[in-house]
Amino acid sequence: MSGPNSEYDPVEVTPLQAEHVAAARDEAIAAIAAAADLEALKQVRIAHTGDRSPLALANREIGALPPQARKEAGQRIGQARGAVNQALAARQEVLEAEHEERMLVEETVDVTLPTDRRRRGGRHPITLQSELIADIFVAMGWEIAEGPVVEAEWLNFDALNLGPDHPARTMQDTFWTEPAERHVVLRTQTSPVQARTMLTRTPPIYVACPGRVFRTDEYDATHSPMFHQVEGLVVDEGITMAHLKGSLDHLASQLFGAGIDTRFRPSYFPFTEPSAEVDVRCFVCRGVDADSCRTCRGEGWIEWGGCGVVNPRVLVACGVDPERYSGFAFGMGIDRSFMFRHNLEDLRPLFEGDVRFSAAFGTEI
Amino acid sequence: MLAPKSWILEHVDVPEGTSTDELTARLTLTGLKLEAIESAGADISGPLVVGRVLTKEPEPQKNGKTINWCTVDVGDANGTGEPQGIVCGAHNFEPGDLVVVVLPGGVLPGGFEISARKTYGHVSAGMICSARELGLGEDHDGIIVLPADAGEPGQDVRGILGLDEEVIELEVNPDRAYALSIRGIAREVAVSVPGATGFRDPALRDTPPADDQGHPVRLEDTTGCPVFVARTVSGFDPTAPTPDFIAQRITAAGMRPISLAVDVTNYVMLETGRPIHGYDADKVQGAIVVRRASEGEQLTTLDGTRRTLTAEDLVVCDDSGPIGLGGVMGGESTEISATTTRVLVESAHWDAVSMFRTGRRHKITSEAGKRNERGVDPTICEAAADRVVELLTTYGGASAEPGVTVVGEAPAMPTVTMALDLPARVSGLPIEPATTVAYLEAVGCTVSVDGETLTATPPPWRPDVTDPYDLVEEVVRLVGYDTIPSVLPAAPGGRGLTRAQQLRRRIGRTLAGAGWVEVVDFPFVGEADLDALGLEADDPRRTVLRLSNPLSSEAPAMTTTLLPALLRTAGRNVGLGASSVAVFETATVTLPRSSEAAPILPVDRRPTDAELDALVKALPDQPLHLGLVAAGEADPAGWWGPGRPVEWSDAVDAVRAVADALGLELDVRPATLAPWHPGRCAELRLGDALVGHAGELHPRVCTTFGLPARSVAAEVDLDVLIQHAVHLRPAPTFSTFPAAKEDVALVVEESVEAAAVEAALREGAGELLESIRLFDVYRSEQLGEGRKSLAFALRFRAPDRTLTDEDTTAAREAAVALAAERTGAVQRA
Ligand SMILES: [Zn+2]
Repeated sequence: MSGPNSEYDPVEVTPLQAEHVAAARDEAIAAIAAAADLEALKQVRIAHTGDRSPLALANREIGALPPQARKEAGQRIGQARGAVNQALAARQEVLEAEHEERMLVEETVDVTLPTDRRRRGGRHPITLQSELIADIFVAMGWEIAEGPVVEAEWLNFDALNLGPDHPARTMQDTFWTEPAERHVVLRTQTSPVQARTMLTRTPPIYVACPGRVFRTDEYDATHSPMFHQVEGLVVDEGITMAHLKGSLDHLASQLFGAGIDTRFRPSYFPFTEPSAEVDVRCFVCRGVDADSCRTCRGEGWIEWGGCGVVNPRVLVACGVDPERYSGFAFGMGIDRSFMFRHNLEDLRPLFEGDVRFSAAFGTEI
Repeated sequence: MLAPKSWILEHVDVPEGTSTDELTARLTLTGLKLEAIESAGADISGPLVVGRVLTKEPEPQKNGKTINWCTVDVGDANGTGEPQGIVCGAHNFEPGDLVVVVLPGGVLPGGFEISARKTYGHVSAGMICSARELGLGEDHDGIIVLPADAGEPGQDVRGILGLDEEVIELEVNPDRAYALSIRGIAREVAVSVPGATGFRDPALRDTPPADDQGHPVRLEDTTGCPVFVARTVSGFDPTAPTPDFIAQRITAAGMRPISLAVDVTNYVMLETGRPIHGYDADKVQGAIVVRRASEGEQLTTLDGTRRTLTAEDLVVCDDSGPIGLGGVMGGESTEISATTTRVLVESAHWDAVSMFRTGRRHKITSEAGKRNERGVDPTICEAAADRVVELLTTYGGASAEPGVTVVGEAPAMPTVTMALDLPARVSGLPIEPATTVAYLEAVGCTVSVDGETLTATPPPWRPDVTDPYDLVEEVVRLVGYDTIPSVLPAAPGGRGLTRAQQLRRRIGRTLAGAGWVEVVDFPFVGEADLDALGLEADDPRRTVLRLSNPLSSEAPAMTTTLLPALLRTAGRNVGLGASSVAVFETATVTLPRSSEAAPILPVDRRPTDAELDALVKALPDQPLHLGLVAAGEADPAGWWGPGRPVEWSDAVDAVRAVADALGLELDVRPATLAPWHPGRCAELRLGDALVGHAGELHPRVCTTFGLPARSVAAEVDLDVLIQHAVHLRPAPTFSTFPAAKEDVALVVEESVEAAAVEAALREGAGELLESIRLFDVYRSEQLGEGRKSLAFALRFRAPDRTLTDEDTTAAREAAVALAAERTGAVQRA
């Protein structure tokens, strides 16, 4: 702390002379300008604004001056220090900017390096296809029904108008569980879910049933002992084949693209009467110049599934009044739909668990 | 059904210019789907013409063979009109004969290109063809010699040989057995092709009246065999060749010509749909009797198989016993042979269910059986037999014996009644009553209408038409399925996916997001698989539901665990070179629980709830499981540094992540269970409910499945998780006062579980504790053998104030004190 000092000779103090102050200021500003980096600037700051700096020392002398001179000298020193601080701040900003720019350049990385530090997962494409189909039905206000794969023979066959001597039973080569007298099978179709739905609910019924089904087919490029089906069932008042056509056309357009519709051909299923095969319009060639089309093999149409009006015998066995209600049902292969939708000719990759296969589809299809 | 087009058009007229494509397109739309159109001559191209042999010079060769150097008149077909010089190795012809010549530039089946070439010292400009070379079957003896009036030299020969015949292959559904015949297909053409007229029924013919002079026949089971017609021809020439048109047509239909007698029965079966059996009449001893077999009775069928019959099989017998499995296959003892001169023709109607059962029981599939088990017109037995007699007399030199045996009568068709507007109501099409009546009559029904009710008697070839809806199908298919409008039905407001369905999707996404890949495996398992897991003898997972007819004897049962298939899948991926495998599957497993049978319930009414309950209770438990297996790297090595191998905690954490996605926190306890490492297996629970297990696999299991050491697995019951899933989670509130952090390191015996120490700390710290996290496990000599240090980071926060140092210290000390009391933990200096 400096202040009036009795021993001090109250004469003009040299460091406070204007030219000295100006010189100290100019010297400081020159040093600031000369500072090449932030470290140098720090030294300059200590040298020219620190406690031992000329201007700081000069400032100490102010107290010794008479009031008038003190005021003038104070202003002089203050202006000089202001100019120095301003120069320092400006230089600081410039050097910081330079420093940052240099740092950023130095920190450049090769952003093309691999970044896969975590495994990528994926869901099975058949799961995804099933969910996509379920979503289409849910969007129509339908519900998704489910049932067990190990099923009662009565629900898989008899309730569906497939009595024990029905020739169509041999069309579905069935896995039987031991002993056969227990009448328990691996379901050959998801239709028992339809029967279960009718047995446990009252119409209106609008359900789709996706799931695994089993047939004793040897495993090859186009057959598998296990595959996936989706069936639909509607039971309501006044249901007609036109509603069946409308539902399948909608499913086809949602799954394969706008404008893709279906074609019915008379067929035979014990569960339905009248029955029809459903072909879906080829979504690749749309039937135009089909001859060279690999997807539909020149047909313009792709066999997709079966459908029909629920046989009143089935309604009776499942406790639905056939005088009041009518219904329709349909079924198609999910694997098969996936295969032609995604151009897969051999179904075996679906069941062989090569992680590269599922991973290729990620979590959406 | 393979049907030569010319044969169909013998029985119906289609408008001039109707192409095969148009014809089959209509058949497809009305229910007989086109499978393929094949033409015998499709793989023959270029000039194939009639030639007249002008000269034939035999020239013996050094190799002992004799060739014929011929000149052949091929008209203008060779462009010059000059005779064509051709070398021919066959000898079954003479100058003046008409033969089949393929000229240079032609291509025969098998891509065999014909050119003029030098051979045996001549330039042979073409080839005289045999039947085999044209793909027309086996040669009888050398080249084809055409009838003298077959055509003019130079004329294209395809039409003459039937090489331009188109064979239409149609898919016939089980309900349309009548279309397994030319008769049925021609009728179908008549009703479905616009403008088709003049259906000529091959089974409509004048037949001689029945008398009692024919071979005696007695029917003991008129349900199984309601009609039996027997005719006999004698003086049959067993060496008479089958006429070309019959051989060509049955070949085109996919059957093999054998001998005239056999070929004729097959021809008539194809023509009328009625299977016929021919016996060597001289080998039949006494009267024919049709009855059910006695249990254990023996019969050697035509295929040489000795069969043991059951009381359900229908047999045709003579004095010697069974001589045929009625309607399914004839017997060896009365088989027509190369010496047969008397043929007994059987044309009988058989009960379809019986045929189906017998065919299935004896594993016999035949063209006859296929028709008999689907249902044949019972009214044409006499006509079919008469047609066979006609052909045998015409082409086999035989004469019909006078007797005509007709026993029994065709069962009457049931009448079907339906509301007149039913076709319109079912189809959604405006179908007029007149249309309904017209189409039903077109398919052969006898129809009457009374007010709003229609009564129809189906024709005898349509045993499948029994219900009103069957009539509807007949009407609607002929109106045209392609005219049905497309109307989206309005479902009532739906509930969307069930919660369980949503949660299953969430589980799949959670795992996929965490780097796991979903796979789908077959659910079949074998004992060796369960052994490979190292399951104890009494492990409940060894109680499997077995299949009666598994595809593989190695996997004859439904699996109780997803792990064998997943381990194999993981091993296969490792084998394919994957350095990191993490697979999961969600699927039901099958856990047997009952030995009761699932009853076969009635179908003429809804079963009672008790009946349905019995049905459902007889089924095994089928919980939805999640299985997962990981091997190799958990995180890969890279430019960033070393990777991290999979370890037990990855499996536990994957299940924890799934539980977390459902709002659940699992209790983890040590457990010992195959196939896991006994010291590295966690049992996962939700309170009292067991969820499953996770951890490192037993080293032997890794070796068995070709997996690297320290591979991990988990299997949990998703149904349990989903049942417990938190539905409505309350919104949390957070204090905004500052947190205070305290770390404590506690030394405990090695056997003390981290979770127990953490639980004690948590409880002891009281409600100021916001979170606790174990961040280090440390062992050292200094700590001493069998001891470990657990370091926890505690975070405290109060809802209403900034905590003081005193608050935090007190809470920490209370926590440590309780941990010390419960677990013997000592705070590390
Ligand atoms: Zn196409």
